[in-house]
Amino acid sequence: MSDNLLTVKNLKTYFFTASGVSKAVDGVSFALNKGETMGIVGESGSGKSVTASSIIRLLPKIGKIVEGEINFEGRQILDLNKKELLNFRGKDIAVIFQDPMTSLDPVFKIGSQMVEMICAHQDVSKEEARKMAVEALKKVGIPQPEKRMDSYPYELSGGMCQRVIIAMAVCCKPKMIIADEPTTALDVTVQAQVLELLQELQDEMDTSILLITHNLGVVWKMCDTVMVMYAGKTVEYARSERLYEKPLHPYTWGLLDSMPKLSDTVKGELKAIPGVPPDLRLTGQCCNFYNRCPYATEICSKEVPPLLEVEEGHFVACHRQNQQEKLVRGEVNANE
Amino acid sequence: MPMSDKKVIMKVRNLTKEFKIRSKKLGEKPQILHALSDVSVDIYEGETLGIIGESGCGKSTFGKCLVQLHQATAGSVEYEGRQILGMKKDELKKIKRDIQMVFQDPFSSLDPRMTAGKLVEEPMVAHKIITDKKERSQRALELLKTVGLDVQHVHRYPHEFSGGQRQRINIARALALNPKLIVCDEPVSALDVSIQAQVLNLFNELQKEYNLTYVFISHDLSVIKHISDRIAIMYLGRIVELCDAESIYANPLHPYTKALLSAIPPESPFDKRERIVLSGEIPSPIGDQVGCPLAKRCGSCMERCKKEMPQLKDRGDGHQVACFLYE
Ligand SMILES: Nc1ncnc2c1ncn2[C@@H]1O[C@H](COP(=O)(O)OP(=O)(O)OP(=O)(O)O)[C@@H](O)[C@H]1O
Ligand SMILES: Nc1ncnc2c1ncn2[C@@H]1O[C@H](COP(=O)(O)OP(=O)(O)OP(=O)(O)O)[C@@H](O)[C@H]1O
Ligand code: SF4
Ligand code: SF4
Ligand SMILES: [Mg+2]
Ligand SMILES: [Mg+2]
Repeated sequence: MSDNLLTVKNLKTYFFTASGVSKAVDGVSFALNKGETMGIVGESGSGKSVTASSIIRLLPKIGKIVEGEINFEGRQILDLNKKELLNFRGKDIAVIFQDPMTSLDPVFKIGSQMVEMICAHQDVSKEEARKMAVEALKKVGIPQPEKRMDSYPYELSGGMCQRVIIAMAVCCKPKMIIADEPTTALDVTVQAQVLELLQELQDEMDTSILLITHNLGVVWKMCDTVMVMYAGKTVEYARSERLYEKPLHPYTWGLLDSMPKLSDTVKGELKAIPGVPPDLRLTGQCCNFYNRCPYATEICSKEVPPLLEVEEGHFVACHRQNQQEKLVRGEVNANE
Repeated sequence: MPMSDKKVIMKVRNLTKEFKIRSKKLGEKPQILHALSDVSVDIYEGETLGIIGESGCGKSTFGKCLVQLHQATAGSVEYEGRQILGMKKDELKKIKRDIQMVFQDPFSSLDPRMTAGKLVEEPMVAHKIITDKKERSQRALELLKTVGLDVQHVHRYPHEFSGGQRQRINIARALALNPKLIVCDEPVSALDVSIQAQVLNLFNELQKEYNLTYVFISHDLSVIKHISDRIAIMYLGRIVELCDAESIYANPLHPYTKALLSAIPPESPFDKRERIVLSGEIPSPIGDQVGCPLAKRCGSCMERCKKEMPQLKDRGDGHQVACFLYE
């Protein structure tokens, strides 16, 4: 078993907007081990990206962490001062976003951006930094890396740009990579290449990866553990194999069922989850999935279900999954 | 039912679309971008023809040529036996009603100043099909109900709907003219899986009810496989393989199809598939193409492939492939 790198406990990040308080992250808990990959899945707006920005404490002004604990290698991230925080972001963590253009400046050459970034975080000369950059570009499979150093981002395809970002991450040898939908904008063949590249680098550097995706296939390919989020909350967390074989939360069931699969029969009916996610200003009064859940009972509309460890390493937040009751998938309200 | 018993609703032959790209250097001749090259396919009434391929392979161009949003450079499109390319405007107008399109982006494709009801009425006004106001709004309500919305939604504006609901409005608009064929260009790509499933089910239900024909474009093979009767795989402006939906998974033939399938993320943590790697990137569609478009990346490339263009050929069982390995 590997050791723990990052632990997040009951994290809550709210946005204080003109129209009310939006509980974007409202109770997220998980642990990420060294050298492992954890996936975060969930519907659009469920708080995946805000969870990631909270960990590196890069939130817009109206966003505030109101509760919780973020522990990174024994350090309390919420207690770091400005300088420590900059150090933490620069040295320990690298971030890869969906759109590589959010991390690349369109008016500067790839090479100078890489050199600048390396020099900012490491004590090396410009020449050394340049060598490191070329080496990293080569490692991520960019042909003619010396020549590519002089390219502008717009001269490269989306997949190539994403490789450049990964190359930048490689230079910093971070302890953790946060990848927020890194392949969503890419074609499947390019996606496969980029994911495999991440895996290779992880093996080499023993980096941990926090991988945000809405594609469960990507989770099965990449992740050791997975957290399912719904309306700002962790609703289930387990090892990937476990979550696949024995998912426990009704929302997870819905998510698994609504994914079309290549092995499905043609034109069969998909089991969609009816309805839409709740307004985040109104959540936190009961189970957030209550209005869409076919298994809901009375208590679900009155109390927030706590996140419980129902088996070793398998956490779930549902009133009907605990010591007293073990809900079975498909048996809708069997006990009523 | 064998395909030969079915009625061909649209017959596409050698459809080609080129774009002139102005050169950056002054005085140089403009270059030709081959967005769609020599595409021939029969579309059967009541079927869903899925179109799949990577970004830039010409899927949208194909769809837009079918609904006449693009003027094809060459080739022919016959709708119910009548040639529609180059048809006179007033004659074409009637046919245009029959052929509708639904786009990917549910956010930008609706006029933000119009209510859901008015949005659905708009195509009826434009095509003057129901002139009586009351009757028209009644019909709009019916259509909104068909796509799973109701009375409470009629007076709402687009920003008051979720992505899935907006896509439903788009579908209701397409249905307003009682079309026979709908080209759906990535209609669920912007939606979350749980919402995507609702919309895919809706497409299937509507097809059964109105015997609609779909040309369904997507880059997601699981979605395409789920909704289609037959699937066309495109690469660099051409159809490289065409077969029924089951066969693409059970018996893919073209080296590109095989590579594409192997790159799809697994269906479970235990599914460890071997990936077939295509070296290099997709070549540019600009300039003339000699030989097989996959030649530079294909592991089975032969001498012949570098000189000749393989044609899409039926292997006798309706499974068509454009590759010299099967000749
Ligand atoms: N700057 C902000 N101001 C106000 N609300 C915000 C802001 N950023 C995010 N939110 C809200 O926080 C919630 C969670 O957003 P988040 O971006 O984490 O979702 P997500 O799970 O990453 O979704 P997606 O899959 O679409 O990326 C959303 O309801 C969003 O509207
Ligand atoms: N109006 C245009 N002018 C010039 N080139 C164009 C135009 N429209 C499309 N193209 C080019 O034609 C080719 C095919 O584009 P098309 O939009 O049909 O691809 P696609 O398969 O729909 O891709 P995507 O999956 O990204 O939507 C591309 O190389 C594209 O750059
Ligand atoms: S707590 Fe109730 S409503 Fe929530 S997921 Fe469990 S059964 Fe469904
Ligand atoms: S024709 Fe030749 S190059 Fe083209 S796909 Fe077939 S084997 Fe490969
Ligand atoms: Mg996000
Ligand atoms: Mg397109």
